[in-house]
Amino acid sequence: MAVDARGSIGAATAQSSWWREERFRHWAYQVAAVAITAAVIGYFWHNAAVNMARQGIAAGFGFLNREAGFEISTSLISYTPADTYGRALLVGLLNTLMVSAIGCVLTTILGVLLGIARLSSNWLLRKVTLWYVEVFRNTPLLLQLVVWWDLLRFGAPSPRQALQILPDVYVSNRGLAYPVPIWREPHLWMLAAMLLGILATIWVARWAKHRQERTGQQFHTILVGCALVILPPLAVFLAAGAPLDLDKPALAGFNFQGGTTISPELAALLFGLVANTSAFVAEIVRSGIQAVSWGQSEAAGALGLRQGHVLRLVVLPQAVRVIIPPMTSEYLSLTKNSSLAVGIGFADFVSVANTEMNQTGQAIEVIAILMVVYLTISLIISASMNLYNRYMALVER
Amino acid sequence: MKSLNLFGLALAVALGATPAVAGPTLDKIKAAGVVTCGVSTGLAGFSMADQQGNYTGLDVDTCRAIAAAVLGDAKKAKFVPTSAQQRFTALQSGEIDILVRNTTETLAREADLGFNFAPVTYYDGQGFMVAKKLGVKSAKELAGATVCVQPGTTTELNLADYFRTNKLQFKPLVIEKLDEVENAFFSGRCDAYTTDRSGLAATRISKAPAPDDYVILPEVISKEPLAPAVRTGDDEWLHIVKWVVYALVDAEEKGVTSKNVDQMLTSDDPEVKRMLGATPGMGKSLHLDEKWAYNAVKQVGNYGEIFDRNVGKDSPLKLDRGVNALWSNEGLMYAMPIR
Repeated sequence: MAVDARGSIGAATAQSSWWREERFRHWAYQVAAVAITAAVIGYFWHNAAVNMARQGIAAGFGFLNREAGFEISTSLISYTPADTYGRALLVGLLNTLMVSAIGCVLTTILGVLLGIARLSSNWLLRKVTLWYVEVFRNTPLLLQLVVWWDLLRFGAPSPRQALQILPDVYVSNRGLAYPVPIWREPHLWMLAAMLLGILATIWVARWAKHRQERTGQQFHTILVGCALVILPPLAVFLAAGAPLDLDKPALAGFNFQGGTTISPELAALLFGLVANTSAFVAEIVRSGIQAVSWGQSEAAGALGLRQGHVLRLVVLPQAVRVIIPPMTSEYLSLTKNSSLAVGIGFADFVSVANTEMNQTGQAIEVIAILMVVYLTISLIISASMNLYNRYMALVER
Repeated sequence: MKSLNLFGLALAVALGATPAVAGPTLDKIKAAGVVTCGVSTGLAGFSMADQQGNYTGLDVDTCRAIAAAVLGDAKKAKFVPTSAQQRFTALQSGEIDILVRNTTETLAREADLGFNFAPVTYYDGQGFMVAKKLGVKSAKELAGATVCVQPGTTTELNLADYFRTNKLQFKPLVIEKLDEVENAFFSGRCDAYTTDRSGLAATRISKAPAPDDYVILPEVISKEPLAPAVRTGDDEWLHIVKWVVYALVDAEEKGVTSKNVDQMLTSDDPEVKRMLGATPGMGKSLHLDEKWAYNAVKQVGNYGEIFDRNVGKDSPLKLDRGVNALWSNEGLMYAMPIR
């Protein structure tokens, strides 16, 4: 009996009550978490819908197809007040993406240079960059943006007294107005020629690398590359009879008409974001370089490599692995900080969305769009940086 | 930051935490002992706080009159400064009981935002202000101009409409904070500044480095009826706000002022007696004390007194009564009969 009883207990444990099984629990917790989240969101959604219906507040995304009716100062695509709220949002989104893209590129360049300068053997350079980093890192970004904006607005003359800094390039408190070439067909051929030049350069670079590996002989890839990229388009340009008509800015009435203008708001936003973020990037680059053990540099020096080569061939490639993950957060924060544009009157995504929120009164829908869009941008940046990280990571053998 | 703020308010609507549920606003006000009014962040003549934090203005006095009518004391009005963008969410979410903030009554705001507008307290129209030295005489000469404007306003839409209609190009500079918009204009970043003409006059007098260097162009490009707004779904509260405004206008029409209101209690005019509560009944209908209109006029004054003190002849703005005169003086101010 006793044995039997024990046996049956043992059997029960062996079969195990299904709810105790690890795999089941693993799934159960996940399902429960998802269900609770969904229930909470559903509750809020329902609550909001009921409350808004009771108060007679319009709901839904139908407003995106209605005429916006307001003008936007900066737009990469054609836009008039007769376009829809949806298109207005797109204009804002493109402005945000433009600022973020230019900002990230400039920040990277400036940040890397500053980071290297922080470790320079030149006392003055080292101290100046130290001050730069500390000042820009330790003051609020919005304040910096307003200061840049005020400098650009109050420092520059009115359009009628605009400064001509280069032929047909004017600076005034309306921004920097400069000429742009008018598009002609040969320009397309010039682009094609340039593309071919770039492809040729890549091929030359590969060939040069192979040859150097085989024979040790170096090749002036950079010089040849420059020639390949610049000369063919130039030849096409001359062969086509140098078709260059400039759309020049000229004072007409109040403002400059023609050409292209970079507004003080856009300039202030870019200056502010780049100056601020590059201070953080400088520190990331400095720490990345310092993470590469000193022995590496010494060893490279012992092999007879010059300073520049040590940095470029030995230190930076290793430092990059340390730098990439924190850099991702800097790119993310630059992109998100670009929404501070709202404070200085640049028509970014948040600024346009704010206007729409108020014109339509549909705060919840617009905020939902804002959240989804910023989340998507951030996830894309994260994902591409992670890919790059995997590509650069030390391949362990 | 502003969007965060709006986000918070939107969240409040979503959670249904605050009195987002339309309901007995009057009970809430009586329990709190204070009427909470959303006003502007500082517009001379309409709502402006001095250094001691004392508010003055036409909107402010409208709110005080309501507080006097509801709670018997004009001082029991609390003012919440709201930006052009925050104002509607503040009202929707129940943060304020009433929005008296030089806000234009429009179809979409009433139908889509869930508001009811009380009678208009100031008939305005949109105009342009430019620096005198530009030599501009008409808004039609503004082709290519940069125009400073606040976002989320009817002004922003009228501006685009006006330039579209006249086939003129312009660039807007859109900034939410009133101070920043005004700064941008006075620093020369914009050629023109546009808002309601009363607002232009207020800005010119109170913010311009030298008011005489700026002119307001003659064109009036829109109708801007500025009216108090309440949440829809609470008719009791709407009735109170509506009839307090009517009472202020009616008091002017009947010659009842803050000075003579006590003598007027014994007036021979039955409408005056009904309004002031000498003949009871009207207050009860509104669920208020019979002295509602008496208190409002006694403590704040009739519409004419409020107008003159804040924007009219006794104020720095010196605006004409114009269309805001009583209907009997060829204006639009017309109170419905109190009976």
